[in-house]
Amino acid sequence: MSAFIIRRLLQAVLVMTVMSGLVFIGLYVVGDPVSMMASAEATEQDRAEIRASFGLDKPLWQQYGIFMSHALRLDFGKSFLTGQSAMGLILERMPATLELALVSMGLAVLVGIPLGIWAGLRPQAYSTRGIMAGSVLGFSLPNFWVGLMLIMVFAVQFGWLPASGRGATGHIGALDLSVLTLDGWSHLLLPAVTIALAKAALIIRVTRAATREALPMDYIKFARAKGLRWSRILRVHLLKNIMVPIVTVGGLEFGQVVAFAVVTETIFAWPGMGKLLLDSIITLDRPVVVAYLILIVFFLVMLNLVVDVLYSVLDPRVRLQGAKA
Amino acid sequence: MTAEVLLPPLPPPETPWRRLRREFMADRLAVFGLALLVLALLAAVFAPWISPQNPYDIGKLDIFDSKLPPGSRDAADTMTYWLGTDGQARDLLSAILHGMRTSLLVGGVSVAAALAIGSAVGLAAAWFGGWIDALLMRIVDIQLSFPAILVALILLAILGKGVDKVILALVIVQWAYFARAARGAALVERAKEYIEAAQCLSLGWPRLLFRHMLPNCLPPLIVIATIDLAHAIALESTLSFLGVGVPVTEPSLGMLIANGYEFLLSGNYWISFFPGIALALAIVGINLVGDHLRDILNPRNAH
Amino acid sequence: MAVLDVQGLQTHFFTHGGVVKAVDGVDLRVEAGEILGLVGESGSGKSITGFSVIGLIDPPGRIVGGHIRYLGEDLVGAPERRLQALRGKEIAMIFQDPMMTLNPVLRVDTQMVEAIHAHEKVTAKAALARARDALAMVGIPSPDERLRAYPHQLSGGMRQRVAIAIGLLNHPRLLIADEPTTALDVTIQAQILHEVQKLCRETGTAMIWITHDLAVVSGLADRIAVMYAGRIVESGATAAVIGSPSHPYTLGLIDSIPTRATHGTLLRQIPGMTPSLLNLPPGCAFRPRCGRASDECLMVPQAAPGPAGKVVRCWNS
Repeated sequence: MSAFIIRRLLQAVLVMTVMSGLVFIGLYVVGDPVSMMASAEATEQDRAEIRASFGLDKPLWQQYGIFMSHALRLDFGKSFLTGQSAMGLILERMPATLELALVSMGLAVLVGIPLGIWAGLRPQAYSTRGIMAGSVLGFSLPNFWVGLMLIMVFAVQFGWLPASGRGATGHIGALDLSVLTLDGWSHLLLPAVTIALAKAALIIRVTRAATREALPMDYIKFARAKGLRWSRILRVHLLKNIMVPIVTVGGLEFGQVVAFAVVTETIFAWPGMGKLLLDSIITLDRPVVVAYLILIVFFLVMLNLVVDVLYSVLDPRVRLQGAKA
Repeated sequence: MTAEVLLPPLPPPETPWRRLRREFMADRLAVFGLALLVLALLAAVFAPWISPQNPYDIGKLDIFDSKLPPGSRDAADTMTYWLGTDGQARDLLSAILHGMRTSLLVGGVSVAAALAIGSAVGLAAAWFGGWIDALLMRIVDIQLSFPAILVALILLAILGKGVDKVILALVIVQWAYFARAARGAALVERAKEYIEAAQCLSLGWPRLLFRHMLPNCLPPLIVIATIDLAHAIALESTLSFLGVGVPVTEPSLGMLIANGYEFLLSGNYWISFFPGIALALAIVGINLVGDHLRDILNPRNAH
Repeated sequence: MAVLDVQGLQTHFFTHGGVVKAVDGVDLRVEAGEILGLVGESGSGKSITGFSVIGLIDPPGRIVGGHIRYLGEDLVGAPERRLQALRGKEIAMIFQDPMMTLNPVLRVDTQMVEAIHAHEKVTAKAALARARDALAMVGIPSPDERLRAYPHQLSGGMRQRVAIAIGLLNHPRLLIADEPTTALDVTIQAQILHEVQKLCRETGTAMIWITHDLAVVSGLADRIAVMYAGRIVESGATAAVIGSPSHPYTLGLIDSIPTRATHGTLLRQIPGMTPSLLNLPPGCAFRPRCGRASDECLMVPQAAPGPAGKVVRCWNS
């Protein structure tokens, strides 16, 4: 098991290195961040000074070399815009995004799995057809439009929930979390539902398909022959068998949620990493973008690792090897 | 004299296309989806002719007509704004028709290109195997491990604005899906006997690939293309909404929604709402069609 | 009183293609401690009979007629609750393929203990102890290790033994075994047959052993019922059925078994093919293949008493 983990970590480092190079080149080739930073009246000399102070006058490969040597110390330079440490900026806003992502996925799973099992148990029922049609709607409707509509209905029309911002947060140690306060929840609800809608739709579909495959199996029939109640059969026998595809999709989608948070955070003015990224891309604030991407890659690789480890826990027939599990 | 007995002619054997059409029509939801899709296509194609107004002709816009709710008459009382007007006094119905055009165009072209490129790569990987296969698939894997939106955002930051650049970004984001699917299908086909038979006829590999293998790899690719079309349109609208997509001069539905965002909180909901409905209907239609196609073409359901 | 008394059982499946009369008028009787062999080829309805008794017929299937009397109580039309209480406690069933019968993602002890907890309130410890004893009873060495194992870590024979142990955990009065040794090696098969026979004698459990293999059941069962196309065509004491078969189908089955005596000669076969249950010929289902068929056979033969205490469905036995 540890050999497996080490191998995956090494792979992660490789991918991150490649990635950083690609992005670095890409962002260097186009655009002149200096013009963004300097005011309109800046003279050529001012610009040269700014350029030098950020090391932008050096040749590309040298810049990259400096960047990499700093990166190994987890120092990604300072934001062109605010002068703050790039990684620091991101880490500051990460908890907000992660919290939103976790709550959204939690909602999606809590709603999606039971509905999916229901749809799998009764494929011909009207309620099932409704659920399946609803699920198509769920993942078809563009995420940002759903957010807008929710704002329109619940914030503007009914005024029940706030349209933006994070609201009050509670403390646990060094973390500020919205889930600890009621006001925090009221702010969290709309953005979380926006994201959860599409994810729940996908989970419903996966759960239903897996349920339909598992139900005709002999072990279900044998469980019934033992006289077990349906509630136990579903909860223990069925659930554990369908978890693998659900975890696969869930894991993938969780990664997507963190990345896609950009959109939801923009609409709801949620102070997370996504909004920061968008602004940084538009203003070509290269250190922040690169730092963000490295972090995301790391996160995704870790996520994949966790999913793979979960497989071996969920299905004892899976043996983790150094090769693809 | 022998009496010739004329047997009644056998009905023509059902071609795969006929069967596909029959099975497709069996599901009402899918037909509904197809209807939506056709509607969207018609709207897009005939937009310039059926719009009550040309929304991009600045000269014709009267600022007093801006932000009118649906169903109002214009200041000169010559036409009805069925869906209202936006902040620039553009008739929303016309804007939506034109916007649908842009959305479908961008989505369709990018999917077509991604399909072509991806399939070529996938087929080549499956055909040649060995290190070519390993290399190509590594690239595909790396590409696929990144969330599409991040890749698109960065690409557009580098490339700048413009319809062609958006299409390029979408193609780059999507080709990998097709490559992987094409490779999978091609590997399965490659193992089949008809390829071996064709090889015995010493047909050159281009002909083998394109005339023999490709048509049989098409079904899963068609399904993916359909579903991907929906994703592409959604992605483009998201990017436009965020402000990095199509330029203001050729707005897509996403951009229209973005334009209406600021008016949402003041109660002028229709400026975002109607373009959103149009977009949602188009995407839902495509997804319904693609969903059902996938069920039909699933090899496990093959008769 | 007989542990199980089935009369006129009819289980039909209402499919798009038509009505499949899987079980069409079956009579069975099993006494305490007795082993009944239910023999038939695939499609004869023997498994469905077993499922009907334990109440696991799912739509589009339904029991449409007859009575299933367990210790006098009619199970046909009984509420699901009652059936659930009986299943696994008084009437147990084991299936053919032990790999898929045991849930691959759950441990053996989990699957055994839950069978106990479904019917009784006992502590986990007590349940585990009973499970351990049951495993020992079916001849599994080092039961503690096996309890903590997952199904795929056990061999086929051991898995089936576990299944049998589960079946016997709650000391049922009736055990229905649906082709339990078909998927196993011949040597393991012999072992399990022997052990099962011993267990039934010791515990007084009645058993229905469903199989297509007449040879297997001839050494095991006290009584045999031969099934064809949804009906029992001959039933009686093993010696009577095998020694002097009355029904032409039974005769054909016995004849086709290769023995030392037939070494070197052409294998005998029953001519023709099993009819599709969607499209049964009128009258006796065996008529198209039968050497003794007569015009009478266009009517469904009734089950009548025959020689040596058997019950036979044939006009020409």
